[in-house]
Amino acid sequence: MAKETIKFDVTRIEGHGRITLHLGENGRVEDAQFHVTQFRGFEKLCEGRPFSEMPSLMARICGICPVSHLVASAKACDGILASRIPPTAANLRRVLNLAQLVQSHALSFFHLSSPDLLLGMDADPATRNLFGLVHAHPTLARDGIALRKFGQQIIEWLAGKRIHPAWVVPGGVNEPLTVERRDQVLATIPEALTVARRTLDWFKTRVDEFREEIRCFGNFPTMFLGLVDSGGGLEHYDGMLRVVNASGRVVADRLDPANYQDFMGEAVEPFSYLKSPYYKPAGYPDGIYRVGPLARLNIVDRCGTPIADQEWAEFREMERGAILSSFHYHYARLIEVVHAIERIELLLNDPDILSKHVRAFAGPNNNEGIGVAEAPRGTLLHHYRIDDEGLITYANLIIATGHNNLAMNRAVLQAAKHFVDGNHLQEGMLNRVEAVIRAFDPCLSCSTHAAGQMALEIKLVSPDGKVVDTLRRD
Amino acid sequence: MSFLDIDERILELIDKVDLVFSPLVDVKTFPDEVDVTLVEGAVASEEDREKIKKIRAHTKTLVSLGDCAVTANVPSMRNSFKLDAVFDRAYRENATINQQIPSVAVPKLLKRVGPVHEVVDVDVFVPGCPPSADAIYFVLTELIAGRKPDMNQVSRFGA
Repeated sequence: MAKETIKFDVTRIEGHGRITLHLGENGRVEDAQFHVTQFRGFEKLCEGRPFSEMPSLMARICGICPVSHLVASAKACDGILASRIPPTAANLRRVLNLAQLVQSHALSFFHLSSPDLLLGMDADPATRNLFGLVHAHPTLARDGIALRKFGQQIIEWLAGKRIHPAWVVPGGVNEPLTVERRDQVLATIPEALTVARRTLDWFKTRVDEFREEIRCFGNFPTMFLGLVDSGGGLEHYDGMLRVVNASGRVVADRLDPANYQDFMGEAVEPFSYLKSPYYKPAGYPDGIYRVGPLARLNIVDRCGTPIADQEWAEFREMERGAILSSFHYHYARLIEVVHAIERIELLLNDPDILSKHVRAFAGPNNNEGIGVAEAPRGTLLHHYRIDDEGLITYANLIIATGHNNLAMNRAVLQAAKHFVDGNHLQEGMLNRVEAVIRAFDPCLSCSTHAAGQMALEIKLVSPDGKVVDTLRRD
Repeated sequence: MSFLDIDERILELIDKVDLVFSPLVDVKTFPDEVDVTLVEGAVASEEDREKIKKIRAHTKTLVSLGDCAVTANVPSMRNSFKLDAVFDRAYRENATINQQIPSVAVPKLLKRVGPVHEVVDVDVFVPGCPPSADAIYFVLTELIAGRKPDMNQVSRFGA
């Protein structure tokens, strides 16, 4: 009997992905693959460039989370300088990274995913988007635009430009913060915090309506990985890596990111340009783990800011061990937004934030540097080697979204098995499978820069080329 | 994403245009008759090349948005290397197991990355990495008003 497949593009994500579902004879899904269809080769194309160019060059990997790449790259370059950067410089980078976390999480939740949550998974695909949201739920849409603007504005005020600023440099940042700029940012905090809390409160009242999604959206045991601070608290800029298992127990702690190759492997699958990192001691693919907001809230002992700590305690009470449903990435994301706003305020209220010492000057003293940061989507790692002239000879990048590749593939299969009936294909079935991917908020832009969106219809095709069924999305 | 930096001005645009195809909406097939298409990114794969041809055929005014689309910019830096060497770094040298070049259900990459206008005619060029939100808003409002925007005033390469 001929096997059939369904292929479709994933929209309302950041970047370009496609899903293939393999159907059995009864029309049920037997296997699923998530394809990332772009590849640019940054690990090679930077070769021969001066290492000091890396932060600006590597930030071009992505227009959504360029600050994460700036920070991870600059930290790798700090390692090449063998310099300890001034504490104020680290805190300014921290503020910038948190501002980006807010804008990126706002984009993911409001602009990309909330149409599914508010208009419905089966809503008309022609209006199931941000524009449809503006008409149906104008207050929520405005909140989303305002929260994203809050983060982007901080980046512009501190670093000079909303996307691809040049402020973060090897050794620190290139200009201190002025009193005026600090006060300008602080003045926007109360409103942002109000919006963030309002959204979180609203989400909590609605979350029970998604029981079926919570059950089938990538709900399975895996490990979780991310940075924690020296006291086990939530940390996005520095610290050591911690791994916990599905029961919430710590598997490994205080792992130095500089030794990442000892515990992190990268596998290649033929069907995707995105590699699949795994936890080496558990092997492949058993070493599956998740990163990002859900993982971070699963690995920490506390958030470290008052409101977020309360929310975090309530969140973790949902399960005895780790929170396993990937649907709860949304919930975790909203808690992190509250935390980031609180943390930005704390950092800016420290008088040392205005120190004029924000950059360490040095030439290259090491031939190698490794930098790590928590990007909105998870742990991001940049690793460079240089020659004696300071020119790049080698780079390895482990992108946050990559860590989730194994889990996203498994989550797509779980959701597709539950929701998709190949004999009676409905648009809303496939949208649910896409919504699983959206919950992870993959940043496929981190491997794309493409022209437009792929034009495809969804077809059931048998191997002899016969179209069994066709479903158009427009 | 720089487009979204027009912030609340997006609410004004909603009343003036229909967003018929975008990563932000769920329409999966490029519509037959489109007034304005903004294209970002360089042409790097066979799939990109086919897509841009199709887009051109169904678009009245095609806008190359950003330095990647206009000059191929950073993505074209891989042109200094053989494609095999670029693949080898990512999928052999920087892989621990299953070293192989992905080739199933992923688009074939072109040997040379190029700008959009190398493949199809482009009507408006908007440089910048990225073009500022103000520049994008200017382009859109000019085009909506039926005028061809003069970009010299609002953006430049590397902005």
